[in-house]
Amino acid sequence: MTNRSFVLLCLIPLLIFSIVFLALPLVRLFLASGESEIGWSIYLEILRKPRYLNTLVLTVLVSLATTVAALAVSTIAGMFLSRNQFKGRGILLSIMTLPLAFPGVVIGFLIILLGGRQGLINQITPGHVVFAYSVIGLFLGYLYFSIPRVLLTVMAAAEKLDTSLEEAARTMGASSYRVVVDVILPGLMPSLIAAGAIAFATAMGAFGTAFTLATNIDVIPMVIYTEFTLSANIAMAAALSIVLGIVTWALLLIARSISGTTVAAGG
Amino acid sequence: MFKSKTKILQLFVTLTACTFLFVPMVLSLLAGVTSNYFKGVSSGLTLKWVFKVWELYADSIFLSMGLAFACLIVTLIIGIPAAYGLARHPGWLSRLLEEFISLPLAIPGLAIALALLQLYGSLKGFRASWTFILVGHVLYTLPFMVRSILAVLSSMDLKTLEEGAASLGASSWQRFRDIVVPNAMPGILAGALTVVTLSIGEFNITWMLHTPYLKTLPVGLADSYASMRLEIASAYTLVFFILIVPLLVAMQWASARAQRITQ
Repeated sequence: MTNRSFVLLCLIPLLIFSIVFLALPLVRLFLASGESEIGWSIYLEILRKPRYLNTLVLTVLVSLATTVAALAVSTIAGMFLSRNQFKGRGILLSIMTLPLAFPGVVIGFLIILLGGRQGLINQITPGHVVFAYSVIGLFLGYLYFSIPRVLLTVMAAAEKLDTSLEEAARTMGASSYRVVVDVILPGLMPSLIAAGAIAFATAMGAFGTAFTLATNIDVIPMVIYTEFTLSANIAMAAALSIVLGIVTWALLLIARSISGTTVAAGG
Repeated sequence: MFKSKTKILQLFVTLTACTFLFVPMVLSLLAGVTSNYFKGVSSGLTLKWVFKVWELYADSIFLSMGLAFACLIVTLIIGIPAAYGLARHPGWLSRLLEEFISLPLAIPGLAIALALLQLYGSLKGFRASWTFILVGHVLYTLPFMVRSILAVLSSMDLKTLEEGAASLGASSWQRFRDIVVPNAMPGILAGALTVVTLSIGEFNITWMLHTPYLKTLPVGLADSYASMRLEIASAYTLVFFILIVPLLVAMQWASARAQRITQ
């Protein structure tokens, strides 16, 4: 056997697996989306029916809020942790990266422990403060999921920043505020855009967190799930999945082309 | 003065974020070993909920471990040769293939699971077996394995190494076994730990594919959150943490090690 054919042979298992279990199922999913009575206009239906349109708007809004909050918190904390050496820094960093291994369902449960009926906030505050099952709970769950991921991206970028640029700006009389706005933030920008796209895409597609928290909130993954299991509206579940998949895929493609990071959406 | 003030503000934000992430973890650990969480820790500490979890969900825990192991084997068998093939054939076709197998990372698991169900859901024997869930897990973890190995292989001069071995009479298979695999080991190790960690924690695809007789650990978790008392749900989460945190630490160590090699 020649070396060239050996190398090609090495790719055969991957090709077979990805055609049988990825390409064909995705094609089938796309075809299934057009199999209802209304055919391909089902994609227009998503924009026409208030139920789906409201879901779309709410999902985008919660995801945007998550992205902005995660970027703000993680950029400040990430810069602080990468620029300062102090006792306990390692512990803080481990605490903030530990949630990377938690699936969305577990994060949903953690939010319930914080804001549910038997939650900490309800116990230590007077009155009845339960927010776990509201949009706020969902937002906090997504935020919990995103902070560690954005933090790691920011810290990796912060280590590559050229500190001599900041020193130069300072010696020329720039205030700390101007150094941040004119030197540090532009340097971090590619990573921030990438991390933001990742956070947004992850929040859009998060199923596990929504599954535990959003029993009464319509976000896209929950609507896909209920359309499929309760209403048996397979065409709509498939159409929404296709739309959601294209949006998250495109966002992550942008993120990767800017910064070269790879992460998994989901949760 | 301004400088120290911003420092304090930064520290405050960092500590707030840490508290937000840490407090619920502590609550869940505490609730799992508290006799009656409603009454508080003063009701006494106990391991009875952990034993109860074992009684109720041991099957799920073993299923998850078995699945993770099977998933590791399959991703090794497909992933190592594939990464080698991609590394030896850089070009747009390889880029496209790599991009394609990475789709399950970018598309929500829910959509991937729906696609599998649409095509194979009617094959009753396959649908009801654990291999159906395995396919979902392999789809999700394979790109991590391939990329992890590919990164290591791409960083070295594979061609020269292989030509040297070929001139000494080594066959394609011998070169693959004696040169490629040992050199790719750091990438294989990092990939393997990632695959096991992700497989044990996978929920989105598994929830759609599981049957009442096949519940993985995270599926069992969702079950307990919905139907069990808070103490049992917490104790189960505690068991999950004990399983996943050492894996995460090992995975981060192995990934950092593999990354140092590629630089």
